[in-house]
Amino acid sequence: MEIRNKVTFSDKMKSYLRHPGSGLTALLVLLATLATFFVLIFLIAYILIKGIPFIQLDLFSMHYTSENASLMPSLINTLVMTLLSLAIAAPIGIFSAIYLVEYAKKGSRFVGLVRITAETLTGIPSIVYGLFGMLFFVSTLKWGYSILAGAFTLVIMILPVIMRTAEEALKSVPDSYREASFGLGAGKLRTIFKIVLPSAVPGILAGVILAIGRVVGETAALIYTAGTVAQIPSNLMGSGRTLAVHMYALSSEGLHMDQAYATAVILLVMVLLINWISGMIAKRITKG
Amino acid sequence: MNHMKEKGMRLVFLIAACVSILAVALICVFLFANGIPAIGKIGPLKFLRGETWRPSNEIFGIFPMIMGSIYVTAGAILIGVPIAILTSVFLAKYCPKQIYRPLKSATELMAGVPSIVYGFFGLVLIVPMVRDFSHFLVEVTGNKHLNSNGSSMLTASILLGIMILPTIIGVTESAIRSIPDSYYEGSLALGATHERTIFRVILPAAKSGILAGVVLGIGRAIGETMAVIMVAGNQARMPDGLLKGVRTMTANIVIEMGYATDLHREALIATGVVLFVFILIINLCLSVLNRRSNNGN
Repeated sequence: MEIRNKVTFSDKMKSYLRHPGSGLTALLVLLATLATFFVLIFLIAYILIKGIPFIQLDLFSMHYTSENASLMPSLINTLVMTLLSLAIAAPIGIFSAIYLVEYAKKGSRFVGLVRITAETLTGIPSIVYGLFGMLFFVSTLKWGYSILAGAFTLVIMILPVIMRTAEEALKSVPDSYREASFGLGAGKLRTIFKIVLPSAVPGILAGVILAIGRVVGETAALIYTAGTVAQIPSNLMGSGRTLAVHMYALSSEGLHMDQAYATAVILLVMVLLINWISGMIAKRITKG
Repeated sequence: MNHMKEKGMRLVFLIAACVSILAVALICVFLFANGIPAIGKIGPLKFLRGETWRPSNEIFGIFPMIMGSIYVTAGAILIGVPIAILTSVFLAKYCPKQIYRPLKSATELMAGVPSIVYGFFGLVLIVPMVRDFSHFLVEVTGNKHLNSNGSSMLTASILLGIMILPTIIGVTESAIRSIPDSYYEGSLALGATHERTIFRVILPAAKSGILAGVVLGIGRAIGETMAVIMVAGNQARMPDGLLKGVRTMTANIVIEMGYATDLHREALIATGVVLFVFILIINLCLSVLNRRSNNGN
């Protein structure tokens, strides 16, 4: 038997003619959607087209001078900052997710408190993190403007992101895995590290990559914690600007707009890459 | 031995879970301890309602910045919310399956673009556009007051309106999707069109979820710093029309913190405290809304 409930394009148009209000609404929906995605495509295209011609060898020299406005030191600082903040935030975030999912009683007061504070941290704007980092790490702990102070500020900022995604990932591991492991005589710790964590890796990784994206793009939290020196510091207690801060400095000085365009391209490419990787991982999770 | 290890690791996990509590406590303590005394010294009313900000004369009134933040955020909401809601309606109810994945990752990409890049985009593109628009207005109306260099409240509102799109789209789309199909089918069976069903039945049913998205958008807009600094003009005086420059609270902190000392520095931290209190209120609204939309389903 043939099923005849498929609405063809001409059926739809006829219906819109009968109900002009609905037709108009549908048009508005379509226009708004086009506007949203047009803005994104336009932004990316505009920056790539304007910026790519300015990507020259000069930009990648190891030392920043006012002539070359090299972005290499900031690029390396960005990498160091990302690695350092992840190295601290990822274990803390994953461990606290383990506690919340595997140990804590569901619905206990403590779990509620952790969840509320994590939500609060998610909502705090980066400039407030910057202020706090300046007051606590830079002044009170006397670290001065340094990569270390910047990294610790970012740790607090990305902690809720990693925590939440790790929690979701751990929750989605079926209980039968845990039961099977206990049944074979493994202890709780062994079950967590050998069975639960490995199966939650893709979800956790997605959160970590999201966190990398936030670190790479962060500016306001770093200006008054890591400072704005345009060189690679000799150690972690030295000040150094990341790529995003570098870009802010260039465009607010207004002397190196060409280099600012080029920096924007590099930042954008990094973000595109990060998104692409997290998309690949997400696809793998839904398939599994 | 094994028992010790289990106990020890349990403690380690517990300590890790306490870090976020500790972080929030530290942030509150350090911000309030450094900001509140300054508000006391300046006088709470003088600080919050004072319309003049002149650090060199020790006059610290942040009312212009509070209004700047509110105006710019309101503008962003006016521009961003309708577009975001219509876009999420498209994603949830119109979108053909084949293009859903790419569109969804495009909104995620939009959320991932750093604010400094948005700000740069605004600086090199939207600022000149607004400048030309104001010159056009001056020519048409002959009103010299409409003249603008492009860095203005309007520019900041447009840019923030764009930046909050992905936030609101994400929340609204999942709110729409959480409405049971029976609502949709029931309405269609009564003879309503697809559009009428969506806008009269589904959106009202998803109300508190959508509102949560809007509140989240407000939080993003009011806390945004770098993008706003690059396009808003940053004059520390009472907002004076759409085409004139404004300074937000966030901008005030970043612009002056570099060279501020003593009371000036404390006044800037106090500005951060005011911003923080705004954010806490917004967070509270958000958790109330979330609880309500969870109870509703």
